[in-house]
Amino acid sequence: MIHNSLKQLSQALAAKEISSVELTTLYLDRIARLNPEINAFVTVDRDKSLQMAQDADARLAAGTAGPLTGIPVAQKDIFCAEGWTTTCGSKMLANFVSPYDATVIRKMHAEAGLVSLGKTNMDEFAMGSSNETSYFGPVKNPWDLSRVPGGSSGGSAAAVAARLAPAATGTDTGGSIRQPAALCNLTGLKPTYGVVSRYGMIAFASSLDQAGPMAASAEDCALLLNTMTGFDERDSTSLDRPAEDYARALDQPLAGLRIGLPREFFGEGCSAEVMAAVQAAIREYEKLGATTVEVSLPNSHLSVPAYYVIAPAEASSNLSRFDGVRYGYRAPEYGSLDDMYAKTRAQGFGAEVKRRILIGAYVLSHGYYDAYYLQAQRIRRLIANDFAEAFKACDVILGPTSPSTAFKLGEKAADPVQMYLSDIYTIAVNLAGLPGMSIPCGFAGGLPVGLQLVGNYFAEAQLLNVAHRYQLATDWHQRRPAGLD
Amino acid sequence: MNQWEVVIGIETHAQLSTVSKIFSGAPTAFGAEPNTQACAVDLALPGVLPVLNKKAVECAIRFGLAIGAHVAPKSVFARKNYFYPDLPKGYQISQFELPVVQGGAITVQVGSGDKAYEKTVNLTRAHLEEDAGKSLHEDFHGKSGIDLNRAGTPLLEIVTEPDMRSSDEAVAYAKALHALVQWIGICDGNMQEGSFRCDANVSVRRPGAPFGTRREIKNLNSFRFLKEAIDFEVQWQINEIEEGRKIQQATVLFDPDSGETRTMRTKEDAHDYRYFPDPDLLPLVIADDWIARVRGELPELPAQKRERFAGELGLSAYDAATLTASQEIAGFFESTVEVAGTANAKPCANWVMVDLAARLNKEGRDIGQSPVSPAQLGGLVRRIADNTISNNIAKKVFEALWNGEGASADEIIDKQGLKQITDSGAIEALVDEVIAANAANVAEYRAGKEKAFNALVGQVMKAAKGKANPQQVNELLKKKLAG
Repeated sequence: MIHNSLKQLSQALAAKEISSVELTTLYLDRIARLNPEINAFVTVDRDKSLQMAQDADARLAAGTAGPLTGIPVAQKDIFCAEGWTTTCGSKMLANFVSPYDATVIRKMHAEAGLVSLGKTNMDEFAMGSSNETSYFGPVKNPWDLSRVPGGSSGGSAAAVAARLAPAATGTDTGGSIRQPAALCNLTGLKPTYGVVSRYGMIAFASSLDQAGPMAASAEDCALLLNTMTGFDERDSTSLDRPAEDYARALDQPLAGLRIGLPREFFGEGCSAEVMAAVQAAIREYEKLGATTVEVSLPNSHLSVPAYYVIAPAEASSNLSRFDGVRYGYRAPEYGSLDDMYAKTRAQGFGAEVKRRILIGAYVLSHGYYDAYYLQAQRIRRLIANDFAEAFKACDVILGPTSPSTAFKLGEKAADPVQMYLSDIYTIAVNLAGLPGMSIPCGFAGGLPVGLQLVGNYFAEAQLLNVAHRYQLATDWHQRRPAGLD
Repeated sequence: MNQWEVVIGIETHAQLSTVSKIFSGAPTAFGAEPNTQACAVDLALPGVLPVLNKKAVECAIRFGLAIGAHVAPKSVFARKNYFYPDLPKGYQISQFELPVVQGGAITVQVGSGDKAYEKTVNLTRAHLEEDAGKSLHEDFHGKSGIDLNRAGTPLLEIVTEPDMRSSDEAVAYAKALHALVQWIGICDGNMQEGSFRCDANVSVRRPGAPFGTRREIKNLNSFRFLKEAIDFEVQWQINEIEEGRKIQQATVLFDPDSGETRTMRTKEDAHDYRYFPDPDLLPLVIADDWIARVRGELPELPAQKRERFAGELGLSAYDAATLTASQEIAGFFESTVEVAGTANAKPCANWVMVDLAARLNKEGRDIGQSPVSPAQLGGLVRRIADNTISNNIAKKVFEALWNGEGASADEIIDKQGLKQITDSGAIEALVDEVIAANAANVAEYRAGKEKAFNALVGQVMKAAKGKANPQQVNELLKKKLAG
């Protein structure tokens, strides 16, 4: 049962082969057994989860259930959920119980009837690519417990990979869904900016943050995405578009599909074994009827520097509210007001968060704003233009998700720049606001390799189709880590 | 003072009269229990986002149109970053590089009588922003309390060019702006509650010299304080310079008790606010049809009304200005004229500005609370104009209307028998009687004592119970005494 797809679980619940309470219990028991080792969840609340499952069972019995009602999922601890401790991976919010639901949480639970299994571990305030910056300790990659699961949605990725949950939510500011999906052999989708509401999702970099699904397959992602999206009047950057069924085009044949291969994603900087798996995937797509064309994203080498100006700039301001005044951590001893601020933030934030706040405050400060922030915004437009140009010649863009497979815990922790480069292929997609996916495409040294697919704006259904057809032809996504059952 | 020129620019924070806050749905009403009018967005809980209140934008458009400014088709909200306990997000959402209202001007009357003159004050900009909460330093056992009810209240910050040259001009501008924002219904103007507060940028220079270094006096919440603070500051700056010291750019506070300004912070410890466009809000786009709709809803503006009162109704500039001090006064006056007739606009103006104003003032009432309605006052003025009653009797009738002794001037005149005697036969009879009964006065008058004539007039009026037409009495008496 724990390896079942969302569709299979939905059918089993509808056919009363299993109740939501039974299914939820199954996962909660597995979490209780395996989480102490993996550390994927930071908050589990058995009573709350089972109450939600009971409510779902009532809806199933009453015939008011939606397609995913009663299916348990894991929620990244970046989403505010009423009555749940919501920490964002930080000491600053270790004691914060949210009094309200994020829009995503409301839609998934109150509307779609999904059951929350708990809150998953993450890099502190989503700043990291290894889940090592979490105040609650690192998450371990179920494929190799000495390795990182990726980040920042590392807890969600490990939870799904270890089948502690059938699916999970993640958020992606520079690759935080796609990179951990790649490192944990999952399918993950970052939608077009504005498709999923950001209300109640604790902000890292407002102009880049976007929530999306992480699951075992493209089909599961499509079904989960259906419950997450939609215009939200509480988010001014939410896009007012008609609702769509993201699973509608899953089975469409790929004959005639034009796949763009950006020259810049196939050069130096990517490990040979990752590249070999990506090349094999390209051949698979050609077998499925797709054609490939070389395209160019000439400014992509500027994406990491531009990102590390824009994201910290926004973060430095977004994180100002964590000041010890109204909620969250406050230093136990302090003198003046300024001393209270300084001690609270010095003690409440971890090193990586402080590093980015400092960078952000610096690039916004008087005399540096034009040279850094405005320049980065110009680069951002150039990068978006590069993609627009590339999409004239192709339908989707393909390349590696991450330049390497999962690295060892602690391997890059001391070298922030090396860590930042693990997102070298994913960051440009956030800067342009485009939808992107990572899907499993093979293994190297026993570790999963991810394939990145990038679509044009609002091409989520097409991306899911391109991923799904590949998953019908391959079984990489069905492989499971050993030693957990 | 002669060799120094004073330069003043004013920044005003006008609280906009919207029901809810500028970026949240919480109410803006004043005076509620602390923190009962602050929602998740105002508290800056993790994850919350701002959504712009369109009503606040409409207020800004109204203001822009009223001062002949450019209403920007695209403006941008920016974050002003600083830490303070009553600033929940750690930044204030404001507008920086691209404000919603750009340029414009307000023409004001300065002084009165012979020394009165018109002054045009140019505006730099007006932008939308949110207010902060309040720190409460009393009654918390040595700790400070934070009340976030005010956090997120919409403000329009209105900034002038450094165009004013005296505290009188500054006060005239502030009063005109205060009247205008109420006139167009965007601000309740309540200065005690902080709905309208001014900062004055003050510097002095030798005429023709470049601008001197300015100091900004913060948070002046009365016109009197504005004048006192500027006057003190100007004298202080002149003394400093004349004693050989340089003025340092600074922010200062005015202490109404001592009447002095004192430095709060200098430029050296000024904040770097790290302004940048707020990524949570899209640029504010105002389409032409929105501006056109707001323009259609604007009332006739005070300047337009002043011009019309002077032109169509023949009022003096002073009268026109006084009667357009507020929409209530102007409306009262216009309704009065409607009943009395435009030919009687001048006496209507006098009644509203003098008699009614004095009576209202005596009882501390606003014109909106006048027991005498415009229709009643207009009816009264009409009866003076058609000689039914004299001005003196009219004051009696007015008092009777004020006390509710009748529904109209006509009813009171009728009921109390106040109709003027204009029948020359009846008046002649009274005159004859008085001449006959007051031989001494008659003799004195004929001997050249003008005073005696007035005594005789008084006797006639007394006999007529005040109702004889005074002009006729005068004429007849003169004729008889001459004869």
